[in-house]
Amino acid sequence: MKEADNLRLQKRRKVLRHAVLIFLSLLSLLPFYLMFVNATRASNDIKAGISLFFGGSLAENLKSFASAQVGLGVTVLGAMLNSFKIAVPFTFLSVYFSALTAYGIYAYDFKLKKFAWGFIMAIMMVPTQVFAIGYYKFMIQLHLIDTYWPLIIPAITTPAVVFFMHQYLQGALSLEIVEAARIDGSGEFHTFNTIVLPLMKPALATQAIFQFVYCWNNLFMPTLIISSSGKKTLTMFVQMLTAESFRTDYGVVFVGLAITILPMFIMYFIFSRFIVEGVSLGGVKE
Amino acid sequence: MKKKKTKGGVNYGKHGLLFIAPFFIAYLLFSFWPLLSTFYYSFFEYVTRNLHTTVKFCGLQNYLNILGIADGERAYFLTYLGNTLRIWILNFVPQVALALLIAAWLTNTRTRLGRGGIYKVLVYMPNIITAASISLLFYALLSKFGPIMSTLRSWGLIGATSDIMTSKWGTSLTLSFILFWMWYGNSTLLLIAGMMGINPSLYEAADIDGASGWQKFTRVTIPLLKPVLLYVLVTSAIGGLQLYDIPALFNTGNGGSLIGLPDDTSTTVTMYIMRLHASDTGRAAAVSVLLFIITLIISLIFFRAFRDDKEYKSLRAARRRRRGART
Repeated sequence: MKEADNLRLQKRRKVLRHAVLIFLSLLSLLPFYLMFVNATRASNDIKAGISLFFGGSLAENLKSFASAQVGLGVTVLGAMLNSFKIAVPFTFLSVYFSALTAYGIYAYDFKLKKFAWGFIMAIMMVPTQVFAIGYYKFMIQLHLIDTYWPLIIPAITTPAVVFFMHQYLQGALSLEIVEAARIDGSGEFHTFNTIVLPLMKPALATQAIFQFVYCWNNLFMPTLIISSSGKKTLTMFVQMLTAESFRTDYGVVFVGLAITILPMFIMYFIFSRFIVEGVSLGGVKE
Repeated sequence: MKKKKTKGGVNYGKHGLLFIAPFFIAYLLFSFWPLLSTFYYSFFEYVTRNLHTTVKFCGLQNYLNILGIADGERAYFLTYLGNTLRIWILNFVPQVALALLIAAWLTNTRTRLGRGGIYKVLVYMPNIITAASISLLFYALLSKFGPIMSTLRSWGLIGATSDIMTSKWGTSLTLSFILFWMWYGNSTLLLIAGMMGINPSLYEAADIDGASGWQKFTRVTIPLLKPVLLYVLVTSAIGGLQLYDIPALFNTGNGGSLIGLPDDTSTTVTMYIMRLHASDTGRAAAVSVLLFIITLIISLIFFRAFRDDKEYKSLRAARRRRRGART
């Protein structure tokens, strides 16, 4: 009797937990769903209240959006292309140099090795915002302000990625392989590029996704560095949507937002398994 | 770490230095030097008149100004730090509570909830989507004549004039909710990874001792999860102090003025830096330096807590033994 009660309790608990989790999952989707719905509704309908059903004003909203963005100096697609131009080299530099640094520390013994590793760990927590003023001034002195270089070059130093790569190397690379390559007469740099890097593919892929997302979503640094409207990134474009001219027409705002969110949305659902796994791998230090 | 011997007179160690050189050169040039110069700039006064900027050494004047100690100055730094902390704390407490709960559910083998693959994917999703767009999305949904407020008004749940955007707590709580909603999935995944690392035999032992689910959670899970919890806390706190995208786009004055409405109560420290960066470099630098010092203190506490973990544990065990002897 007690056993049966226990089982019933267990079952009820399970149903409750699933219900909560389903609720939370819907909560994650709801704002985006409302956004897509509202992108297809006329401004006056949106002002009248929520609807869960798509409307028929998508084409109209798109047209108004297209004419409204003319005054901004950059179109949403242009801004997306700008973001892409920054995020691709950023991702490549970040992943490559982090792997190189991690390998340098993992595979070799040298005097400053301990110090170097300690330094990388120590700077992991220093956010860019605290030296943004000095960086801004420095870029003015170098005449690099309003170019993409200041947004790309710092990718060489991403300590968190170095840390992740180092973790990965410990599990994936035995130094005997490096030794064997040496005997075959392979140079050290050549060994890294042709033997070590391919072995690190899963780690490179995971970190590449995260670095791309980070760079694509960044608003602070582009706002600091970029001033001419033709060079503005997607996040800066979103900021321009807050202007008064947009605030009055809700349909246009929602359609604009939907366009800015769509690429990340699609990317997430393609790579979600990778990403979800990557989060727990990168964060927990053993 | 394996030992590498030099072979045939070739010293491979120098390759290690060569490989890490780009990282360190780039860091010194593009992070460390800017950090030093930020410190330097914070001691100078920048006055721009007729497009001409004069720079003058002013000691600690910038710091006195932003802390409101100087005559006729308001303590903007403290006000904005307060705003930032208010928004962060209101998000962090429920975030960790919920993340712990879900992580415990999804790692509990007894209830067989499955591994929760689809739930993980969905609750983590908001974290990836551009924060700037999300902020504006919530603003559009929740503004006075937006769809949600209109529906609540037509149902008679709120008054005709109620408006989140004119209320300090309305705005703060909404910002905290956005943060919470974007980040609890991330915390959940980290805590799940932490919980999976706990030796299952500890739970079996607790079962034999007749421990309840709650006891197992508070006596086994939480203490062993301390490093992960600490990591979540510190990364969230440091990230929270830099809070920019979401408040900068949510409820601000016209034309990207970076004044967090209503009445400057949702302006964060980094919005202040951005507002000052072109017009008053000295003050902006002083704000950055103070922000850096606070970040540094948080990281130091974090590293200390990690280092002293063992001593802390034995200390607590000793205290518990003493308490046990007394009763």
